[in-house]
Amino acid sequence: MAASNVNPTRMELTRQKKKLQTALKGHKLLKDKRDELMRRFLDLVRQDKVLREEVEAEIKEANKSFVLAGSQMSKEAVSVAFMAPKQEASVDVSTRNVMSVEIPVFDTHFRGSDKSDFYPYGYAFTSADLDEGVGRLSKLLPKLLKLAESEKSCQLMAAEIEKTRRRVNALEHVLIPQTEENIRYITMKLDENERSSQVRLMKVKDMMLEDAHHYKERRDAEPLKEDVS
Amino acid sequence: MYKIAVMGDWDSIYGFKALGLDTYPVTDPEEAEKTLHALADDKTAVIYITEALAEKIEKTISEYSASPLPAIILIPGASGNTGKGLALVKKSVEQAVGSDIIFGND
Repeated sequence: MAASNVNPTRMELTRQKKKLQTALKGHKLLKDKRDELMRRFLDLVRQDKVLREEVEAEIKEANKSFVLAGSQMSKEAVSVAFMAPKQEASVDVSTRNVMSVEIPVFDTHFRGSDKSDFYPYGYAFTSADLDEGVGRLSKLLPKLLKLAESEKSCQLMAAEIEKTRRRVNALEHVLIPQTEENIRYITMKLDENERSSQVRLMKVKDMMLEDAHHYKERRDAEPLKEDVS
Repeated sequence: MYKIAVMGDWDSIYGFKALGLDTYPVTDPEEAEKTLHALADDKTAVIYITEALAEKIEKTISEYSASPLPAIILIPGASGNTGKGLALVKKSVEQAVGSDIIFGND
């Protein structure tokens, strides 16, 4: 494994141990982050699903009205009716921080004389279905904006969750086992070194004693008493 | 101050004009991509786009899914609901969770 490219030294061992500690801590934190993000994301998606179904149903209704209106009026007449809208919508964007994901918050403003007066035409030359369609849409607008907000949040959170999940997995399955392996390799190597130097020392001691006392010669000189008896 | 835009075929979106949203009647995919890029650069926070048109320029739309703005939201057009909008939400669930656990097979 990758264990072979670390130096088996005490300093390296300390470093690897510190690395492992940091990795474990990071892994735990990221895992917590992922779980919490996931919880919020699932809540958000459930809400978003309901909201989207409502909005889609409403838009369908509004579109029905518009199609009816289109059948009663010429395209030109409709164009003229919508030529000069009374309202002008703009939106302020601020962000909210959810688990380090910047989620947009939309705040709409309308520039119009009257908030409820959004029909940009007189009623003389237009079909009633047109009024109904516009009315429906205007009621729907807050929901549409909420949908935009929650759907964008979903997208951003999904991206963040994916990123966090990858990090957690990388730590769990690559970095942490690798560091543990390194630590094991270094400890074993150090132990081995220690044993070999111990053996060397013992050997040297034997040799020195042999030099001083000539044990071997004495043993050879003596007859083998034990064997005889 | 950001704007809100609506893109799609004219029949589906003209009603939004009355509410003060900017409408961009486009049906041609290439033109739609150009409009989308232009809008994204020009301080537009929310872009509603009809499902029918979105289907044609899916790739361009997904470019913006990771950036905080603009939010590109699919809405059903006059020709009906294709389910593409829900499919996109489903996709982000799959991206996050790994498999779809919300929508099931319905």
